[in-house]
Amino acid sequence: MTLNDRLEWVEGWGMAVGGAGYVFRPSDPGGVAEAIETARGEGIPIALRGAGCSYGDAALRPESVVLDLSNLSRVLAWDPETGTVDLEPGVSLAALWRMTIGDGWWPPVVTGTMEPTIGGMLAMNVHGKNNWPRGTLGEHCTEFDLAMANGESRTVSRKKDIDLFHDVIGSFGQLGIITRARLQMKKVHSGQVEVKALSAPDLGAMLSLTDDAKDKWEYVVGWIDTFARGRNLGRGLLHFARHLEEGEDADASASLSAEAQDLPANFFGVMPKSLMWRFLKPMTNRPGMRCVNLGKYLVGSTVGDEKTYRQPLAGFSFLLDYVPNWKNIYLPGGLIQHQSFVPAASAEQVFRDQLEICHEHKMPSFLAVLKRHRPDPFLMSHAVDGYSLALDFPVIRGRREKLWSMVRALAEPVVAAGGRFYPAKDAALPGDLYRSTFREGQLGRFAGVKAKLDPDRVLRSGLADRLIYED
Amino acid sequence: MGASSGIGEALARRLAADGARVALVARREEELRRIMAEINDAADEERAIAVAHDVRAADEAPELVQEIASRLGGLDLVIYAAGAMPAVAVDEYDTAKDREMLEVNLVGAVAWLNPVAERMARLGRGTIVGIGSVAGDRGRAPNPVYCTSKAGFHAYLEALRNRVAKLGVKVVTIKPGFVDTAMTRGKEGLFWVISADRAAEIILKKARRGVVTAYVPARWRVVMTIVRSIPSFIFSKLGF
Repeated sequence: MTLNDRLEWVEGWGMAVGGAGYVFRPSDPGGVAEAIETARGEGIPIALRGAGCSYGDAALRPESVVLDLSNLSRVLAWDPETGTVDLEPGVSLAALWRMTIGDGWWPPVVTGTMEPTIGGMLAMNVHGKNNWPRGTLGEHCTEFDLAMANGESRTVSRKKDIDLFHDVIGSFGQLGIITRARLQMKKVHSGQVEVKALSAPDLGAMLSLTDDAKDKWEYVVGWIDTFARGRNLGRGLLHFARHLEEGEDADASASLSAEAQDLPANFFGVMPKSLMWRFLKPMTNRPGMRCVNLGKYLVGSTVGDEKTYRQPLAGFSFLLDYVPNWKNIYLPGGLIQHQSFVPAASAEQVFRDQLEICHEHKMPSFLAVLKRHRPDPFLMSHAVDGYSLALDFPVIRGRREKLWSMVRALAEPVVAAGGRFYPAKDAALPGDLYRSTFREGQLGRFAGVKAKLDPDRVLRSGLADRLIYED
Repeated sequence: MGASSGIGEALARRLAADGARVALVARREEELRRIMAEINDAADEERAIAVAHDVRAADEAPELVQEIASRLGGLDLVIYAAGAMPAVAVDEYDTAKDREMLEVNLVGAVAWLNPVAERMARLGRGTIVGIGSVAGDRGRAPNPVYCTSKAGFHAYLEALRNRVAKLGVKVVTIKPGFVDTAMTRGKEGLFWVISADRAAEIILKKARRGVVTAYVPARWRVVMTIVRSIPSFIFSKLGF
């Protein structure tokens, strides 16, 4: 197979950025070595890719080798006694929880979709709705095997290689290729969680209720009505959840099965989920989304307010998987997301500014999600002791440049407040603003490790070029 | 291709002004470098690269397509605007001159657009624009081979479109009327002459919409519909 035979269009999950790449999909370590060798021989960089769930250009680089590791998907070892699992990087989050739930174990950190691969999740050091109590996924990894750009491989342990361990995880695949990871799963006594839903009339209430809940509940997540303004600005709905204690679930063995966790196949009992996005698409515009946001808030703040109920873990965790291909509602331009992390003291003012900026630019976000976070020990960490606000925006033909410039406007107050950004979600952030969020010496350390492990910069990505590599 | 003057230059300047990264391909290196410098100075960043190449060197095209894609980070739009129309006397039968026209206007286009179409078809996206001519709509006595080369180019573009449109690739045939360029300057009997910049503006609009065939400006469609419908025995007597 020639290099040209491997040419494919590769795009970010949001479908707003992409490029042609020479895609390798190895199913064994030999295939990984072949891709590295080919890239080095041709003098072109390698971008690492898993399930392609990063919204922007993190898992692609135009005219480069795209090393798609999703076929390296074997579970190498599973110990149901200790909850320790050894995985190849292409194992999906879905495959992982489906395998372990029957033994009473659940991934300690999950994303809003079960599609990502473990390798990708560690590369981006993902967080979930339980970032405050559990941190990022990297904090539940104990060791990994790292294939480096020079073809050598080594095991990196959190205990023995403390610096390198914390350098590699979260460095968006720029320091090496994780070819095996060991994770510690979380013991659960039921396949269900107890969920509490409540509403908040404004941004201040959203933040204070979130903060109050962070130590009492395992999972805390908020949704904000992005179209509300004035005294209603930032109003929204909150969902808190906790795992059931031993004995709380009378039929735990039934709920602790993959089948019991399956998301519903149909909506309203009849409509196939796969068709749902086609019904939502006509509403994917400003008036339509204004109605959707208003309706969701009104329902959540009346009949749904202050409700407590039980829900399967998968159903609570993987909201993004309820409607397959829902992102297609944003076609043809796709979507971008801007997620900023702001210290607690400044969060209300910054998020207020951001919501107003969206209105001033006449580009309101169609979906906004609020979470509580804490710092973590990784070199390229995106977290702070504070909150994050994730804002989804449609990319509309003819308004792309305006949207990109609005992202800069959204990012500036975050930088001024000492906040940070999450590369997994980013597609449009200017590099100068991203770099200015790091402490002095932090990027210098990254550059030093990169120069040591990958002096020829074989591993690159569109995102790394844009945000990190100034030349 | 054909970016060192005329419509090709105007297209490159407009695309770069709109924020696109462009590769300027043409034979005259000095001109290319001047245009590249002007574009990059105006943008205050590197938006244009210059690739000196004679489209008659058809064998070089596949490698250059690869090189340009790599340097630009992809190929979204490829425009073949290279063209040759030397003065030909009405009683002149100069095969060398005719061959040059065929090589520049047709063979070069095929050599460039074949690998471009193959690449875009594989990726399922992209737009190819061929700058043909109203001259390709009829065989005119004053310049038989120019008309032939453009008619052949139109047919090639149509066939290409029929191959790749279903794969997501747009192929746009542009048929300009009289455009004020070095190729037409000083020639007699021209009318409705538009500037190269105006032609470029219209062409880019058509390319964005992915139209099949566009006359530039549009009124030429009416004229050429009439011209095409004139029976040969009358057309031959009109002296066009």
